[in-house]
Amino acid sequence: MLHIANLRASIAGKTILNGLDLDIAAGEVHAIMGPNGAGKSTLANVLAGRDGYVVSGEATFEGVDLLALAPEDRAAVGVFLAFQHPVEIPGVGNMYFLRSAVNVVRAKRGLPEIGAMDFLGVAKEHMARLEMDPAFLSRSVNAGFSGGEKKRNEILQMSMLEPRLAILDETDSGLDIDALRIVAQGIERLRSPDRSMLIITHHPRLLDDVRPDYVHVLSGGRIVRSGDHHLAAELEANGYTSTLAAVPA
Amino acid sequence: MSDVIEALVEREYAFGFHSDLDTDLAPKGLDEDVVRLISAKKGEPEWLLEWRLAAFCHFLTLEEPTWSNVHHPPIDYQDMHYWAAPKPKPQLASLDELDPEIRATFDKLGISLAEQERLSGVAVDAILDSVSVATTFKAKLAEAGVIFCSFSEAVREHPDLVRKYLGSVVGYRDNFFAALNSAVFSDGSFCFIPAGVRCPMELSTYFRINAAQTGQFERTLIVAEEGASVSYLEGCTAPMRDENQLHAAVVELIALDDASIKYSTVQNWYPGDADGKGGIYNFVTKRGRCAGARSKISWTQVETGSAITWKYPSVILQGDDSVGEFYSVAVTTNHQQADTGTKMIHIGRNTRSTILSKGISAGHAQNTYRGLVKILRSATGARNHTRCDSLLIGPECGAHTFPYVEVKNDTAQVEHEASTSKIGEDQLFYCRQRGLTEEDATSMIVNGFCREVFDELPMEYAVEAQALMRVSLEGAVG
Ligand SMILES: Nc1ncnc2c1ncn2[C@@H]1O[C@H](COP(=O)(O)OP(=O)(O)O)[C@@H](O)[C@H]1O
Ligand SMILES: [Mg+2]
Repeated sequence: MLHIANLRASIAGKTILNGLDLDIAAGEVHAIMGPNGAGKSTLANVLAGRDGYVVSGEATFEGVDLLALAPEDRAAVGVFLAFQHPVEIPGVGNMYFLRSAVNVVRAKRGLPEIGAMDFLGVAKEHMARLEMDPAFLSRSVNAGFSGGEKKRNEILQMSMLEPRLAILDETDSGLDIDALRIVAQGIERLRSPDRSMLIITHHPRLLDDVRPDYVHVLSGGRIVRSGDHHLAAELEANGYTSTLAAVPA
Repeated sequence: MSDVIEALVEREYAFGFHSDLDTDLAPKGLDEDVVRLISAKKGEPEWLLEWRLAAFCHFLTLEEPTWSNVHHPPIDYQDMHYWAAPKPKPQLASLDELDPEIRATFDKLGISLAEQERLSGVAVDAILDSVSVATTFKAKLAEAGVIFCSFSEAVREHPDLVRKYLGSVVGYRDNFFAALNSAVFSDGSFCFIPAGVRCPMELSTYFRINAAQTGQFERTLIVAEEGASVSYLEGCTAPMRDENQLHAAVVELIALDDASIKYSTVQNWYPGDADGKGGIYNFVTKRGRCAGARSKISWTQVETGSAITWKYPSVILQGDDSVGEFYSVAVTTNHQQADTGTKMIHIGRNTRSTILSKGISAGHAQNTYRGLVKILRSATGARNHTRCDSLLIGPECGAHTFPYVEVKNDTAQVEHEASTSKIGEDQLFYCRQRGLTEEDATSMIVNGFCREVFDELPMEYAVEAQALMRVSLEGAVG
């Protein structure tokens, strides 16, 4: 469903993505690993439509040219990015924010608005599963949340927005073991035949809980190796440098 | 990001119509005869004329202040009208007699007086150019013993009260614009809450400048006697005109023992066009005196309009244990300038004040917070907490903070916090990734920034303020 071909992106005159190819079919979960600074967040940002990059190449989702759309229109198509560093928005209620987002996306899909009461009910169910205190709904978006709480809030948003393409950028980083399990379960629950996922991670640990269909290594602005979850274990054992040196790229 | 800035720069003013009313104008210019003419037109008693003349004599000795952080070409005080009233001068027995054009003007502003009276339970005094044209809900207020009427009517019906309190908080010697106002003020609102009465409804005044080349100089006087309380809201708009118009109002509040006055302003005077042409010069003196023990005065302001805003709603904390509060949102876009803040003068023991200022600038606008916290020797146990937050939208605007503190009593505690932030690309992108448009995202982030101040507004006006903020920041045309 997601088709990326020869994708290039540069910022401040520096080339980050350099001819990247990737296809993710409906229902598949792909993991992307790679050294720090390899361009993993750049890939996520470019797919979600962040300003500031010079982009060329192809990225379509179900035939829709993502690169031609504003970020909010990509969201309407069903693209969701769980941010590596979710921002704080002081004074804007978490529940209000989430409901605005859900309703705006629903409106674009021709679905009716969800009223405040119904929304609250659904949100609380999701929060219970993510072991989040309902008090987080009345707090400002991410303001004063701990690292782990922010990440759970991203999963909450993802669960409520029901995206078609979910991109998770190091959602597992900085989590303790229990939080990691909760987040992994949250992701696993969202796995479905009509949803594609792209999980950016450094930790094979996550991939034990959320078993990906494919694992890719991003380096030098391209996918340099692909495999199944055994590749993650190999990377864990040998590190990027020697794993990549072992194969002619 | 650039789209948002563009929208801001191209912001248009939704209240810029002007109404074809037959207007009674005094000749342009200011001299003793004009002062006498205004007083005569209003059939004022001798003492008030004398007070005006004394103010005028003092005014002649003053120079326009230049200490603020605003810049404008010199104002020619001889090149404007000091009196403009819709003709025929309204002496209305009921709202039904109101000139249909005036009615239509207020309807366009979304203040249908009749509707207001029937539905909203908010008493409104509407002031067009210089004259108060309608006060709703009079009868109901009178039952509670509350006096709420135009200033002119108060001079006629309650001269002793007016004489007792007029100029008792803002004397005509106070400053240049206060002297000018005292000499030529045309009308305004008067409000008196007798001892022990909680005013049964919100009181509200709408000011509208309609006539061209006219200055507006109104006075508001609010007195809350022992144990009385009132919440008062002021709203303002003006038509779009190429020349700058002067608005120099004076507001005086007096709270006796255990009284409380909450004064809220939603100011949306015409700000001028995108090139900085036209717009209202809003030079206003607002001050409250917590005269009694345990009294409380609270100013909340949402300032989105005017080419230049120069105002410092202040509280003199005279009574022991009295409380002063100042909550402010000031938005400047395009070439608007705002120099606003507050003064808290602590005199009584254990007096407390809170200042929360939120400044938002976009385009080429300049936004200045200027505040004074003064703790006199007598103010044992006084406390102040000040926070000033600035939000910048785009690279070419500015925010400035000048907090002055003078403490003469070492038992006092004074705290000051300040922050400046930009609407980040990060915040905008985050919101847009979740499906919100850039405009919705900006408006949401700005409203979030202002939340704590909006929470201080009466409920229905908090909603209005949010809507106004949206209009101000999005170039939406009403
Ligand atoms: N705004 C920017 N200006 C210049 N270089 C940038 C900018 N943003 C990211 N980079 C650089 O691009 C490279 C890839 O960054 P990123 O995609 O965040 O890596 P990853 O997520 O794989 O760790 C890094 O070398 C980073 O320093
Ligand atoms: Mg990254």
